[in-house]
Amino acid sequence: MKELLEGSMAVAEIVKLCKPGVISAYPITPQTHIVEELAQIVADGHLNAQFVNVESEHSAASVVLGAVATGVRAYTATSSQGLFYMAEVLYNIAGMRLPVIMTTAARAISAPINIWNDHQDVVSLRDAGWIQLHAEDIQEAVDLHLIAYRLGEDKSIMLPVMVCMDGFILTHGMETVDMPTQEQVDKFLPPYKAPYKLDIENPLTLGPLVDPEYYMEARYALNETHKEALALIPKLTAEFAKVFGRTYNGLVEGYQLKDAEKVIVAMGSVCGTIKEVIDELRAKGKKVGLLKITSLRPFPVNAIYDALKNSPKVAVIDRALSLGSFAPLSAEVKAVFFGKTKKPQNISSFVVGMGGRDITKDSIKEIFRLMNGKDKQTEFIDLKPELLKENYE
Amino acid sequence: MKEIRIHARAGQGAITTASLLGYAYFLKGLCPYAFPSFGAARMGAPMNAFVRVDSQPVRLRSQIYEPDYVIIADHTIMRGYNCFSGLKEDGIAIINGKEEQVSVPKLKPKQKVFVVPANEIALKYIGRPLGNTALLGAFCAATGELTLDDLTAAIKHRFSAKLQEGNIKAAQEGFDLAKSKIKG
Repeated sequence: MKELLEGSMAVAEIVKLCKPGVISAYPITPQTHIVEELAQIVADGHLNAQFVNVESEHSAASVVLGAVATGVRAYTATSSQGLFYMAEVLYNIAGMRLPVIMTTAARAISAPINIWNDHQDVVSLRDAGWIQLHAEDIQEAVDLHLIAYRLGEDKSIMLPVMVCMDGFILTHGMETVDMPTQEQVDKFLPPYKAPYKLDIENPLTLGPLVDPEYYMEARYALNETHKEALALIPKLTAEFAKVFGRTYNGLVEGYQLKDAEKVIVAMGSVCGTIKEVIDELRAKGKKVGLLKITSLRPFPVNAIYDALKNSPKVAVIDRALSLGSFAPLSAEVKAVFFGKTKKPQNISSFVVGMGGRDITKDSIKEIFRLMNGKDKQTEFIDLKPELLKENYE
Repeated sequence: MKEIRIHARAGQGAITTASLLGYAYFLKGLCPYAFPSFGAARMGAPMNAFVRVDSQPVRLRSQIYEPDYVIIADHTIMRGYNCFSGLKEDGIAIINGKEEQVSVPKLKPKQKVFVVPANEIALKYIGRPLGNTALLGAFCAATGELTLDDLTAAIKHRFSAKLQEGNIKAAQEGFDLAKSKIKG
């Protein structure tokens, strides 16, 4: 049924329909309305789950780790510094092969303190072993949670999945959402049956000390599973389309790529603004396009290669930094083409919208304009040079 | 596409205003995107809420710089901010305040301003100075974007019991006041 919903409320509703048995969260900032609403849903008896309010994000992550380890479907959500406080446990969840599903409202990180949207928190956690899916709008955020549970809990995968949605822009924005019914969700997502779990009748150890004889293989296996996830995601989205009638690629999405001479690569809600600009520029005869990356982990190397191999000029938008090096997404897109014969003439790198700096249509037009010249590397858009001139001598 | 910018202080119900407006558009079969922009995260701090509405799903995620309409939920904000910034040539502003309190800047010929004592109206019907529904009633009359019935339906969806009744009355009075100003 179509409803007008705030992003956080829509996610809470879809999580309810996924029937987790345990939800755990630290309720204070940085947090969203998602867990607030889920706490209400559980308290009102609309979801048969244990809601565990904890004293920190580290504990929230530990609780969902423990829940999934005992064979129960679990859910948590966080953001920004909260995600960082979870980090130690997040690596463990992936290494222990536990399909925890978490929503992260992508936000800036401290210092300076900033509550607004960018991708520095989630992109920093790209190496934790979690699958990481990025939503462009609220509908996609809702739908990606269904994909996430199926994907993570698949016996061939058994990995945690992070669904990333832009803080405020999507978590606090309201738009029309086609909310699936319980019947549809039940058809797509069967109850979780753990292939292994902590059980006093059949004792086993999860996450033990593993000496140099075995450790490398465990990490190798994690990496191999990410490759298998790349193959499974499109199969799941095809199945999703049959049940829900909405089509996603799940790895990447091209917009006006055919014949495009300039292509922007981006993730998240800014893709909507880019599509708007593309329509305007196309109406004036400019051949421009977008490649949206939905799956940051696993990184869809082949899909990106196929989508961009004939694009003369490419610009990668990062909303995060790898301080002291190349902007992270741009470095990975460039790596896709290293040593290839067919490749873009230029791959430029732009940084926009840090800490909630508004990304306007003009910001995007400026990037398309700058693509006319030489390669740009880690070029900041909408920077205020006058703020860089402070002198403390 | 129509774009509405709401100026308020945190705690005055700007998000409720945006969501009521969004919901009224939604009930008409349009596609709204309603979203807030916070300043410092504390009550009383100036903040904005926005509604962008179209017949197709809205993809543009930036804030609103050239609004068709502005709603100013607290006229004291006009002292520190140019709430009329970028207002379209034929744009309309709805301001919460009394005529004698509000000094309206010089307008372009086709721009219109409606000053509505929404806090007083709200106190009368709701018992608290939350003038959002009175302002929205005035918005409906001033812009013709929505009928009073559209707004009432959104209020019924959002509020129940006494609060619903009071807000419907406040919206009606705001609507009537703006209508009388158009005729006057």
